[in-house]
Parts: sequence; C-alpha cells; structure tokens
Amino acid sequence: MNTPNSTSTYPHAPGFVAGDRPRIVTSRFEYADSYTLERFLATDGYAGLRAALARPANEIHDEVKSATVLGRGGAGFPAGTKWGLTPQGVFPRYLVVNGDESEPGTYKDRLLMERDPHQLIEGCLIACYAAGLSQCFLYIRGEMALAQERVADALNEAYAAGYVGKNILGSKFSLDIILHWGAGAYVVGEETALIESLEGNRGMPRLKPPYFPAAIGLYGQPTIVNNVETLANLPWLMLNGADAYTAIGTKTSPGTRMVAVSGHVKRPGVYEIINGVTTFRDLIFGEEYCGGIRNGNKLKAFVPGGGSAPWFTEDQLDVPFEGQQAGAAGSMLGSGAVMVMDETTDIPAAALTLTRFYAHESCGKCTPCREGGTWLERILSRIVDGKGTDADLAQLVEVGTSICPGDFPHASSTRLGLDAVPFPYKMNTICFVGPSAYAPINSALVLFPEDFAARVTKRSMIPVTAVRAES
Amino acid sequence: MARLSEENVRLAKEVIARYPRARSAMIPLLHLAQEQDGYVTNEAMAHIGDLVGATSAEVYGTASFYEMFKFEPVGKYLINICGTMSCALMGAEDLMHHAEHRLGVKLGGTTDDGLFTLERAECQAACTEAPCLQVNYRYRFRVTAADFDALVDDLKAGNLTDEVPAHGIVARVRQQIPVDRGVGAVPPEDVTEAPTWMAEKAAL
Amino acid sequence: MTTTESTPAVVVDPDAVNLTINGRAVVARKGELIIAAADRNGDYIPRFCYHPRMSSVGMCRQCLVEVEGPRGPMMVVSCMTSVSEGQVVRTETDQVKRAQEGMIELLLANHPLDCPVCDKGGECPLQDQAFSHGPGESRFIEEKRHYEKPIAISDLVLLDRERCILCDRCTRFADEVAGDALIHFTSRGNNTQVQTFPDEPFSSYFSGNTVQICPVGALTARPYRFKARPWDLEKTESTCTTCAVGCRITLESSRDELLRYQGVDSDPVNHGWLCDKGRFNFESLKSDARLTNPLVRDGASLVETSWSSALSTAASLITSALRAGNPSRVAVLGGARGTNEDAHAWAKLVDALGIDSVDAQMGDGLPSAVLTYPQATIDDAAHASTVILLSPDLKEELPILYLRLRDASEKKRSRILEFASKGSGLTRYAWKSVPYLPGNQVAVVASTLSEPAVSAQMAKGSVVVVVGRSNLAESDEYNMAALDAVMAAHPGATVLPVLRRGNVRGALSVGLGRRDAVDILTDAANGEIDCLVLVGADPIADCPDSDLARRAFAAIPSIIAIDTFATASSAKATVLLPAAAFGEKDGTTTNLEGRVTRLARKVTVNGTSRPDWMVALELADILGHDLGAASVADVHADLVSSNPAFGPATRVALATHPDGVVLAAPATGATTSFAPPPAEKPGFAHRLVVGRKLYDNGRNVAESPSLARLAPGSALHMHPLDLERLGAPEGASVRVSGDRTSIVMNVVGDESVQRGTVWAAWAQSGANIGELIDATKWVNDVRVESLR
Repeated sequence: MNTPNSTSTYPHAPGFVAGDRPRIVTSRFEYADSYTLERFLATDGYAGLRAALARPANEIHDEVKSATVLGRGGAGFPAGTKWGLTPQGVFPRYLVVNGDESEPGTYKDRLLMERDPHQLIEGCLIACYAAGLSQCFLYIRGEMALAQERVADALNEAYAAGYVGKNILGSKFSLDIILHWGAGAYVVGEETALIESLEGNRGMPRLKPPYFPAAIGLYGQPTIVNNVETLANLPWLMLNGADAYTAIGTKTSPGTRMVAVSGHVKRPGVYEIINGVTTFRDLIFGEEYCGGIRNGNKLKAFVPGGGSAPWFTEDQLDVPFEGQQAGAAGSMLGSGAVMVMDETTDIPAAALTLTRFYAHESCGKCTPCREGGTWLERILSRIVDGKGTDADLAQLVEVGTSICPGDFPHASSTRLGLDAVPFPYKMNTICFVGPSAYAPINSALVLFPEDFAARVTKRSMIPVTAVRAES
Repeated sequence: MARLSEENVRLAKEVIARYPRARSAMIPLLHLAQEQDGYVTNEAMAHIGDLVGATSAEVYGTASFYEMFKFEPVGKYLINICGTMSCALMGAEDLMHHAEHRLGVKLGGTTDDGLFTLERAECQAACTEAPCLQVNYRYRFRVTAADFDALVDDLKAGNLTDEVPAHGIVARVRQQIPVDRGVGAVPPEDVTEAPTWMAEKAAL
Repeated sequence: MTTTESTPAVVVDPDAVNLTINGRAVVARKGELIIAAADRNGDYIPRFCYHPRMSSVGMCRQCLVEVEGPRGPMMVVSCMTSVSEGQVVRTETDQVKRAQEGMIELLLANHPLDCPVCDKGGECPLQDQAFSHGPGESRFIEEKRHYEKPIAISDLVLLDRERCILCDRCTRFADEVAGDALIHFTSRGNNTQVQTFPDEPFSSYFSGNTVQICPVGALTARPYRFKARPWDLEKTESTCTTCAVGCRITLESSRDELLRYQGVDSDPVNHGWLCDKGRFNFESLKSDARLTNPLVRDGASLVETSWSSALSTAASLITSALRAGNPSRVAVLGGARGTNEDAHAWAKLVDALGIDSVDAQMGDGLPSAVLTYPQATIDDAAHASTVILLSPDLKEELPILYLRLRDASEKKRSRILEFASKGSGLTRYAWKSVPYLPGNQVAVVASTLSEPAVSAQMAKGSVVVVVGRSNLAESDEYNMAALDAVMAAHPGATVLPVLRRGNVRGALSVGLGRRDAVDILTDAANGEIDCLVLVGADPIADCPDSDLARRAFAAIPSIIAIDTFATASSAKATVLLPAAAFGEKDGTTTNLEGRVTRLARKVTVNGTSRPDWMVALELADILGHDLGAASVADVHADLVSSNPAFGPATRVALATHPDGVVLAAPATGATTSFAPPPAEKPGFAHRLVVGRKLYDNGRNVAESPSLARLAPGSALHMHPLDLERLGAPEGASVRVSGDRTSIVMNVVGDESVQRGTVWAAWAQSGANIGELIDATKWVNDVRVESLR
C-alpha cells in the first residue's frame, strides 16, 4: 500500500533509502531477489565464511576484536570483546541471535532478515567458528512473519547446499542454526529475557550480576547474545579485513550503522550511515538523508536512540553518532532509531505514547517497573486529558525517582539555561524497561515545562491518607 | 479443538529434537497449537506440557506472557494498528478511530461475523512507514482511511487469501533440517570439551 | 580493608570474608549474600521475595542497599549480591531509605489495605515493613487492580490476588522446593497474577507452606481462615509426630484451642517446611469423636466410669491374665504414637511384669534389628553422593524426607539409586530406578550393584541406604536381605531406617519391640493371649493381615485400650481409657534418624484424658510395682540415666539444642541374617503390592475435616497394558481374589505399576486390601477378573 509519493528507493524494500556511501550490510538491497541463495552466491556470498574457515578460529576472533565491531542492539558493547568474556574451558557455549527487534522507532534487523538472510546466516557461522560456539539459535520476533519465512527459506537452502549443518564446506566445522521465534513481548529483546524465553519460560530478565550470559546463559552455559546487524557485519569484515573496516567511521565507532529516522521529516527512512562522524543535523536536515522537517515546520525535539533514549533538541543537532559524545550530551545512541517531532507536536501526548509502551511491555517481575510504569502512565494520561494538577507533575518525578534514584540524564537547553546530565541513569529495577517508561516523561518535563504548565490546573496535594477510586 | 493432531505431534517432536532441552520448544509448539485451532486451547496446553515435560500451569504461565497467543477464538483476521510514537505522530489515533467505525467494534473487539478482530498494537518495526498496521502479521504501510477500507473490502471479498492466511498461521515456511545434514542437539551436561575445530590450525 | 582493631587473626579461615556493614566490621562466609551477613550482624534489611531456603530472584527490590564501588556508591539488591573482601555496605543512607520507601509505596499502590479483615494482619511482613521502612503515606489516587477475591486454588488454600505483591515465593516454592509447579505467574506486567491452570488445582502435599511464606495475606488456609487474630495466638515450639521425620513446628493456640501449626526452620530436619497432613491435622484434636472419660464394658456397650474404677478394672484384668499362667498370656501392642516418656514408662511396666509379647509396630514395619546397622541421619542422606532407596514411597509416607532427598538430587549433591516395585515420587529424580518383582529384590540389588557404572558411582563418596517397608503384602525380610546385599557390596554404607509412626524409633529404642506383632496376634488367634493392652495401637486397622487381626481380637478375652479415639480395635476393649493427645502433653520424641527433641503441651487435655506414661505409672502402682517416677520429668530422667542410647538427651541438652540431639549409636551386635526365598510368580497371577497414600483412613486424617476428603479411596492400580489385556475399562469393577477370599474393587490404569503386579493403597475407604494379605506368606499373589 505504498502511496505514489513513497520515498522507498527500491519498491521491494520499503523504508530503505540507499545513498552514495559505503554499504557494508545493505549492499544487496538493490536486488529484488537479494534473499535467495543464488543472488547471494553471485555477490560474494559465503566467501567471508570460506575465508574465515581457512584460518584458525582464534585468529578470526582477534580480527573481530581489532575491528571493534560495536554491538548494534542498544548497549554498543564491542562484539569481539563480548565473545572473550566466556569463562575459559567451559563448554558447550551457545550463540543466541537477537532478532527480537521491538524498540520503538527501530527497524533495521527486520530489513536485514527479510532482504539478506544469508548474510546473517554467514555472520552466525563466522561467530560460532571464531568463539567455539556449538549451537546457534536465531530468535526472530514473533510478529515478523516475512522475516521468519525468508530466514527459514534461506536456512533450508543453506542446509541443502552444505553451508550449515555437518562439516560445513567439507570442513571440520559443524553447526546447527535453529530458527526460533517469539510471540510478542518487547522485553524479550533484553538478552537475559531472550534466554529465558528461549528456554520456554516467561521472558523475564535475570539479574546481572550474576546472570551475565557470557558466563551463565542459555541452560546455564556460556552464551553469546548478538544482535542481527552486528552479525551481518562479519562477512564483509572477513572479506575486507579489520583495517578496511576501521577505515570507515572513527576509531571508537568504526564501520557503518543502520539508522531509522521516522516522524515529522520529509523523507523518513532507514539509512546505512557512517558511524561516528555523521551528525543528527546531517541525518535530519541533510539532503542525502531526510531533507528537513515536513511542511517547512521547525524541529521541536527528537529521540536519538530508540524510545528508551532521553530526548534531544536543536541544541544537540551537531552531536555525531558516537556513543561517548551522545552520552555526555545526556542520551544514548541505542538501537539506531531517530524519531523526530516538529513544533506542532503535543509533547505530553507524545511522551505518553512511549510511557504507555513501556508500561504495557513491563514483564512484571520487579516492583518499580510493574507498579511504577503503570502509575506513570495513569498520571500522564490524566494530564494529557486535561484533568491533571500541578501535584501530578511533582508526582511523576517522585515515581520516576523510585524507579531511577538520583538525577535522571537529560540534554542541555540554551533556551532554558540548562546543563546536561550525562548518561547513564542509576536504576532500582532489574532491566531498563522501567527507566524507559520514565525517560520520555523526564525529557518532556525538563525540556518543555511550559507544555505541561499549560495543561494542568493548580491544586494542592490531596491529603495523604485519602485513597479514592477515580471515577 | 483439542490436543495437537497426529501430524502436528510429528512436527512437534521434530522441533523438540532440535533443542538441547525439550522445554525450549514451548513457544514454537504454542504457535503450532494456535495454527491448528486459531487460538490456544486448554487441551493443547496440557498436551504441550506432556510433550516438553512441563506442568499445564507452566505452559499457561509462559503462553499468557506473550501477546500473540489468544486463549479464546478471535476473528479470522486480526488487525493490529500500531499506536506507538512514530505512528502516533503520523496519525495512528485517527486511523484507529476510523477502523473502529468501519468495523463497528471497539479496539479489542471482534466483528459479529467473526471475520475481524481489531487491536491496538505496540511498535511493529515499520516506523518510517507510519502509520502502519498488520493483518495476521502481514504489513500495510502508510495506511490512510481509504487504504483501510480497501483492505477490509479485499479481505471480505477473499482477494487476499494468498497473501494473508487465517489467524494462527504466522510463517508459512518451516525450517527443515535434512537428516544427513543436521548435527543434532545434545544436552549441555553431555558436552564438556571444546568443539573439535577449535584445536585446528584451520577448519578447511 | 584495614583493621583498626588489634585482634590478631590466629587461624586464617579460607572461607572468611571481611567487610563492613554500616561501619561495623563483619566476617562473612565466602558466597554468603549481603542480606544474610547483615542479618547475622543484626542489621535488618527489609525484604519480601528473599527466602533463605530458596533461590534469590531479586524481584521485590525492597532489599536495595548501597555498596561502595569504583564509581561511587552503587545500589544493589542485597539478596543477590555476595559479600566480597573489603566491601563497604550501607543499609541506612538517605538514598537507601528513599529507595526502600519508594518500594513500599509502590507495593502498597495496588494493595487493598483490607488489613482489618485479613488473617495476616498483625503478623504481616508488608504491614510491618510499611511501618518500619515505609514513607508513611500514599499518593496513589488511581483505582486499584481488581480481581475476584478470594479464589480457591486447592481444597486447602485460597488466593486473594488483590493482596498479592507478586514476590514469587509461593510459585518458587511450588516449583523449586515441592516440585509441584501447579501455580504459576500468568499474564504480564501490571496484570501479572498467580494462577493455577484452569480446572487443575494446586493439589500439592506441601501447599500449606505457601501460606506460611506468603509475605502478605494473599494465601490463606481454610483450616485457619478467620479463626484468630495473630496477636491473640500463644505459641510454643514442638515437634510434629504425624510421621517419623519429626519436623519442628510451633503450636499456636487461642483460648485453649490449637488453631495452627507453623513450620520452624530446623536445619538438620525440615528447613521450615511441613506437609499438609502434619500442618492441618490439629483439627482432629477437637473432634467430637475424642474420648473424654474412661469407659468400661457392660455387655455390648461401653459405659463411662471414673478413672480409679477403670484403672482397677484394668489392673484386675492384667492380674488375672498373669495368674492364668505366666506373663506370656499378656501382650502389649503400641507405644509408637506417644512420647519417649510414654514408651519408657510402659517399657518399665512390662519389664516389671515380665511380659515379652510387646511390639510397637503392627507387623507393618521392619524387624527392629534394622536399628543395629551403622546409622545415617537425614543430613547424611541429603549429602551422600549415593542414596540407595529400598523404601516405600517417601513422598506418601515421610513427605519432608522426600523434599530433602529431592533437593539433594536437584542440586546435584546426590545421585539416587532407587529399587522399587512401583514408581515413587522420587522416581523422576532418581539417577537410576531399578524395578523388581516383590520377592526378587535381593537378586536384583546384587546384580545392579555389580554393574560397573553403579559400583563406580558408589565409589565416589558416601553411600546411605534408606530402608523401610515398601510393600505390606510381602515379608519384611526381603528388604532386610536386600539391605544386607548392599552392605555386603559396600560395607561402608550407612542406613537410614524409615519406619513411619511418629515415635516408633523411640519406642523401639526403649524396648517396646520384643516380639513381632504378627507372631503375637497369631498366638492370640490361637487362644494363647488372655489380655491385650493397646497403647495407642489399632492392630485391626494397621496389621496388614486383616483376617489375622480379626481372628486374634475374637479370641482375646480382655482388652485394655488407651487411645484418643474409639478405633476399630479400641472399640472392642473391656476397658477403654482416654489418652492425652499430641499438644496436650509434655515430653520428648525420637524421629526416624534417632533425633530426640522436645514436645510441648499447649492446650488442656480433652475431658479427663491422661498421658500414657501416667496410666503406666498408675497401673504399676495398683499392680504393686514402684516405677520410681511421679512426673514426666522423673520418667525422662530415668530414661536418660538407665538407657545409654538416651544418655545425650538430657534435659539441659534438649533445652539448649532446639534441633535436638541424636541418640548415641546403638550397640551393633546381634547380626541377624535374613535369607527369604526368592518368590517365583505363577503366570496367571498378579503379585500384590500394597503401599500408602499420604491421606488415608487414619484417625488423624479422618477426624480432620479439611483433610478427610483428600483421601483417594480404594482402587486397584494396574499397568495400562495389563488393564488392556484384562479387557476392563478404566474405573470398571474387578474381582480380586487371593487364596482366602476375594474382594471387588475399581481398577485404574497406572504406568507407575509394573506389569504383572497390581498395587493398592492401604487403609482407604471402600474395599479393604488387607483381606487379601496373608502374613504367613512370603509374598501374596492375586487373580484379577473383569466383572463385565
């Protein structure tokens, strides 16, 4: 149902926008049949694997380490280092591929699975070979029917052609890749929850420490959990080497990364951008990217790294896609998702869409998230409905403080004369879902106090002992 | 309406055998049950418990955690309209209101003819193509009110049966591991050594 | 950490970890959690989900504390963070207090605050910690979560989901400790709730524990609901004597009525857990069927009389029986259901009278020679590298021992090697479960132990043999001979005898097992017993050979019974004396491993009931014997001084060791050898296996309304393939025939039953399987015919 003015560069890949830039993971997106083994083999497919298998496993691991392939799931931890965290001599070890992409604003893993499943499979094989992982579970989000079908087809092809399974390419390397799929729960994207879910349980995160997957993961064994995009980088890296990889981007953020820009921009889309150097200004206003705000409106705010990330405003447009700088500015790059709000945006209502999301997606395991998230949602709903009071505004912060003690990170604002509070936050919760319910509220309250002041009536706090039911 | 059919039990056993622990097959098996009956029946949950070695309460505990599993019949077409930020910024609320009017049901409701269930969904990973919806997990992008009406008409007329299977079926392709190609799953306690290739100078 | 104190560490404990908590130096053990170390140091950290006997989940977040880290103070959950050397922990800083107050406010947000009508009110961790660590106010003005309240999740337990704070204690208990994951979290997020599967109740034998560990009033038990306010309860510690595990409990009463038992965490025994039978059978104490006054037979009926008249009648019956010939014409059965002092007083009396026909078991246990093997404790078994089961189904007979062994297996401490004629509760946790046909276990055990894998396993570490009477329809010599086979193969093994009656070990240890009850009843049936004294014994109900018991009772002219109820046996008495029950008398008891603990009196005796020891002393007095004691304390002192095994169990030792003291090792001497013949089975017959279910017709269960309905009733269990061969559908009536008689039962398919055998539960309502047991036979075979 693409409207005639669709900005998709390729009709077979809606959302994806190509550009005149190095493409590491989206190089085959221009082909309509990019997901087939035939096309894959015709475009260097499985050549990276072949190159890897010709070398000792530890050398491959070192190559990935020296390339500093940052994890693309949200935390940005280097994959090679992560692989090295497994305890010495403990086997079996597993690879769990996190394809449960659900962070609001994010989609890139879905495109990578739909458009180039063999590239992902090749990445899985390289990772397992390098880190001595004896079985791979490829966990795809439940709602992504097409991605599941494409990956299933690709795996069936790859098994039949000898790229997966026993004695891959006739070598001593044998590996099963098991396609697994979820059933609708955002929190399962958290790596320990993903493991719980893969074990057949409710997807409730485990506490880290002690449950760092690299030490105690799937079935209590050392487990590497890697994001789809992270693994999709490996075939190119094997073919071109770490030096070529680090030549793109910056030292701390080499290579490219996929970013989805949505909301009130002229050309929303998924872009493969140069890591570390591209700025938010480039991305939102650059002609080769989104081309500015729709209808010539003004930018009000944007979420720089998926729904969990504290918001930025025009003051932060020149921050590049580099983790430390984004952190110092009061937010994070997260999963590569920018959501743009123009001046017409109802800020409390926009924040509510995110708070409602995290409250809804709370697993219910820990108190602050289960109780606090819903409480935040209900107070904010009341405010959005025009029934809030100024006491409600204070209460939002109080509940937020019970979830995240201390100062919550936020961006600086020249308009308000505010300094940034750098990332990360402290949390009383097991995982980041609880804090994420508060993050949009804190951003909205701190950066746009007048939008709330106009919305609430002045009323003193209700007496503390009175507990009444809302009508 | 009941336990898994013979054919599905065969499939279930194939799936179970892929995991080092049978319980890992729980969610795939619940999907299989939903594929069979359109929703997950109590009998199927008890059956799955037997197959993977869990109590029925454990199966229900897992199943009820996940949004996609339904425990009562739903419409043949489950329409999920995304309401999270990017879609909300691009008019998802209006689309939901339109859909409620067009189908004559509130969000969460099923039409009297049992054809449609309408739900508000959270982020569906198509944020640049907002507002979006899924019908039985097949996408529609940048959906206008007219697009929605056309979709409903097409579904009613049976024009989309090739593209949109009945509720319960998600992926129409199953993974198949040829017997001679599969490595096979081993319980973790039976493995203590590093994989053989780790000791080699090269695998090839 | 730098020590400011000048205490030189003389011995360096490799497991010691030095840290500071709130500025004070603390020595903890390696791997210990901060919350536990703080507890020992007197720093209470509030908590809801943490339970020391279960794995930590860190869910409620109430136990957040501050730990100094490289980047300043960090908030960590103290229930999942281990101590480390030099760690600096603060539990009372402003930030910690803010977090704790925040958690309480959030937990109370959806809590109904119906404390005035809540059973937990007054002893509620949520209430107490809201007071001690809460903000003192709630700013939650939204509507709270609503659920139907309460819902019955089993016959015994009700769940109020509005009160629930989702701490995962009950669900964790059900899964981790009991192995009955029949309750579970369902739904997600703010809608998370605890539920059973539709139409599948939480029918665990251990369900009552969830009520006890619930930190709010979400789970309540039917027998206690709305019976008392916690501040009105008086409590005293005691030991449960429902079975021989001897779990430590508190007896809780109000207005002289026992209303509740709670588990006490006794490290060597029950870890705080109780089975539901033990927890809830206090109901039987106030049963209308309790005897209140002495009764003496007048023709067909029993007539109330005074104690002095009843005792003199009893004494004259004994005297005339003794005069009729010699002491062999008097027999005493029982003593295993009372205290050590009861048993000792009776042992002294029978000594004084020279009576030899004395047994505390009813032909349903093992020869008392089992106590002469090298003995193991429960802890020994739960830490042994190999546990060999030659026992009845422990889940049914000794439930907390089942929990301990299940835990040992689940935590990979022990491997269980089970020999069984029917699958048991532990079968699924066993490393190896070897089936045998009753009568052939000796050969099966010997050949299994000679397997290389098995002998390699046994060589890995300590071996404990758990031995008991696994089949009432076979001779007790088979398991003894199988035990001998284990001891021959592995002489270092130790033995945990699992006789089931509450104080059977005490009774046998003081000398109440002199002849086998079956032999005594056989003499009686042959007219060789003139007077039988029943001390809390019911041979008609308990002796496996029902016909023998009936014939014996028909032939005995005078019967004196001391009992809490008129039972099948005591109702036939000439003199029936009302006995003080558990909870109505002081004393000590001995559990199956020989652990002596104190029993407490909490309520006044029912009517004019007297404890057994007192009856013994009074009878002795009338019969002209001075037993040298006038009080229970005297009897205990005499027991300790006269019986070397009880030497360690002094008053002082018991007062200072609430977990009790283990009996001194009995003199291992008289090596009895058992050599029962292997028993071939005719092809047309089924070998009979008779075991027990937790809930049966026993008086404690039958007179406790909450438990009585849980007894499954009589049925014949058969392997489904045998059932198919028989051509009878599930539930059909079948005729089961032995050599003497036949009975009609309903048959059910049961995969835990071996082919070629049939299994039935002892003491269930409906057909009595005891009719088919001939105690003179080594094994019993039956024929099963479909009645269709």
